[in-house]
Amino acid sequence: MLAPGKGRAVAYQALALAALVLAGWFLISNTAANLEARRIASGFGFLGREAGFEIGESFFLRYGAADSYWHALAIGLTNTLAVAAIGIVAATLLGFLIGLAHLARNALLRGIATAYVEFLRNVPLLVQLFFWYALITEGLPLPREALEPLPGFFLSNRGIFFPSFSGVPELQGFNFAGGAALSPEFAALLVGLATYTAAFIAEIVRAGILAVSRGQRDAAQAIGLARWQATRLVILPQALRAIVPPLTSQYLNLTKNSSLAVAIGYPDLVSIANTTINQTGQAIEGVTIIMAVFLTISLSISALMNWYNATIAIR
Amino acid sequence: MSRVLTVALTLLVLLAAIPFVQWAVVNAVWQPDAPACRAAHGACWGFIVEKHRFILFGTYPYDEQWRPATATLLLIGLWVFSAFRANWKPRLALVWIAGLAIIGVLMWGGVLGMRYVENERWGGLILTLLLTTFGLAIAFPLSILFALGRRSGMPVIRALCVGYIELVRGVPLISLLFMASVMLPLFLPGGWTLDKLLRAQIAMILFATAYLAEVVRGGLQAIPRHQYESSAALGLGYSSQMAFVILPQALRIAVPPLVNTFIGFFKDTSLVLIIGLFDLLSTVKVSLTDPKWTGFGVEAYLFAALVYFAFCFAMSRYSRRFEH
Repeated sequence: MLAPGKGRAVAYQALALAALVLAGWFLISNTAANLEARRIASGFGFLGREAGFEIGESFFLRYGAADSYWHALAIGLTNTLAVAAIGIVAATLLGFLIGLAHLARNALLRGIATAYVEFLRNVPLLVQLFFWYALITEGLPLPREALEPLPGFFLSNRGIFFPSFSGVPELQGFNFAGGAALSPEFAALLVGLATYTAAFIAEIVRAGILAVSRGQRDAAQAIGLARWQATRLVILPQALRAIVPPLTSQYLNLTKNSSLAVAIGYPDLVSIANTTINQTGQAIEGVTIIMAVFLTISLSISALMNWYNATIAIR
Repeated sequence: MSRVLTVALTLLVLLAAIPFVQWAVVNAVWQPDAPACRAAHGACWGFIVEKHRFILFGTYPYDEQWRPATATLLLIGLWVFSAFRANWKPRLALVWIAGLAIIGVLMWGGVLGMRYVENERWGGLILTLLLTTFGLAIAFPLSILFALGRRSGMPVIRALCVGYIELVRGVPLISLLFMASVMLPLFLPGGWTLDKLLRAQIAMILFATAYLAEVVRGGLQAIPRHQYESSAALGLGYSSQMAFVILPQALRIAVPPLVNTFIGFFKDTSLVLIIGLFDLLSTVKVSLTDPKWTGFGVEAYLFAALVYFAFCFAMSRYSRRFEH
């Protein structure tokens, strides 16, 4: 819009491109010289080498220290995707509940929802992750004295244990065996990501519902729907159109924030890439892998949510 | 129905609050006495009492800590001063330059009989506040350029701005911080070095620029077309149009989302802990490694949460005043 004269526009753009190319050339030539001085071979060849470190936990795939870096990074990626996927589902459920509670007629319920949103939103996620991790590892009892809120569910400072298809957890020696388990790191990351993102989702849900015109609720009441029915059948479907675009960016934020796993020791992609960088010195390749993977995930989530948004839009 | 819900909720709140109050107040230990803390069933606030100097000022020389304390208060004062609309005048820039100069003198010292303290020893709250202040002060003007570039009619400029903004927004901040801490040294000609604090600050600026640019763009989009057309009809060139007509209105509209982005940025400075900088969260974490005092993480992180909350909540209350 309103660009300066044509000749000047071409000159500006040529200048910008030239500056970029020059800066790029400057950085690349410096990097090449530095790598040569430090005897680091650039390229992704190192990915085939033996990683030599163990990974605490993994979903679906098997891994041992003798496997390659490539393999280790794949484990990291599945760990990132697992915590992000479960976190997104949990944050959405919790966020919608709190968003609805924020608009309830009951003043106490509204107060609880407001307090939740204000406190969780105004404290850095990293502080919250450390807090949850400390609460699990310091606040929960040893496996020997584990809390059992439901039969077969055990909360202890070594993690959360619950029944699965393979059996029921039982105390053996100093820890539980059998059933399924969430490590303290995974549990802290999941709880932290879900509760933090839920606070933002709650605000989006509230704004989306308030954006639906007042007449819609009156009309729903007039045809005899109860308050809850009106919300579920009339208000929410319309509110979703306003909710989905900002919800998408919250999903993206949650996925990107899962990279804070590196601070509490959950072996996500970033934390394994970090170990790889420390062991091999391949900093550029390591950071490139992290960025490329997250860009791909971001674009995929955006595409998926745009498709969903198109299906609920007014035709 | 509503009454039943109120009673049920009250019971639930009490059920959660009573054990919490017992832990946090009734059974709590307030003296810095580790054995007493371990014997008690309550919170150990004595840990905070014992470590508060380290948490707030990091490894800054102990008997010189009045300097970061004064600098912290001065910096907070500058922010509060800037919050009043009556002070939004050109002389505000002069106030900031003077204030930051005094803070620099206080922190580095080396003059007026104050000992020189290298910035590797700065830490705690002042580091968090300085990272935020300088990050925003440099990223904000840059973000305006990127926002204007993204709406520019010049395809190359637009493509560069879109590419930069979307790239940075698509990757986690951690990856930018890693880039700054492990890749930046490789980018520089041999023999050049940047210290850790400066490298982290650069990453934070790159990050904030992209997010702020999108907020500024939102403000620009809210300006009706006729504002552009009538200012062009007055014969104003592109830069005068932007500087005197469009930006003053666009930035005013964008104040609430800008403050929200500022809050997000303030919270995100805590990530510098991961690349080994000594910010407020980092000093809290390090103070827990004292063998005499391990195992009080819940208390320590609650305290950190309260400090961050105080700043963020104040900012969010402030931005709400502009929404009406």
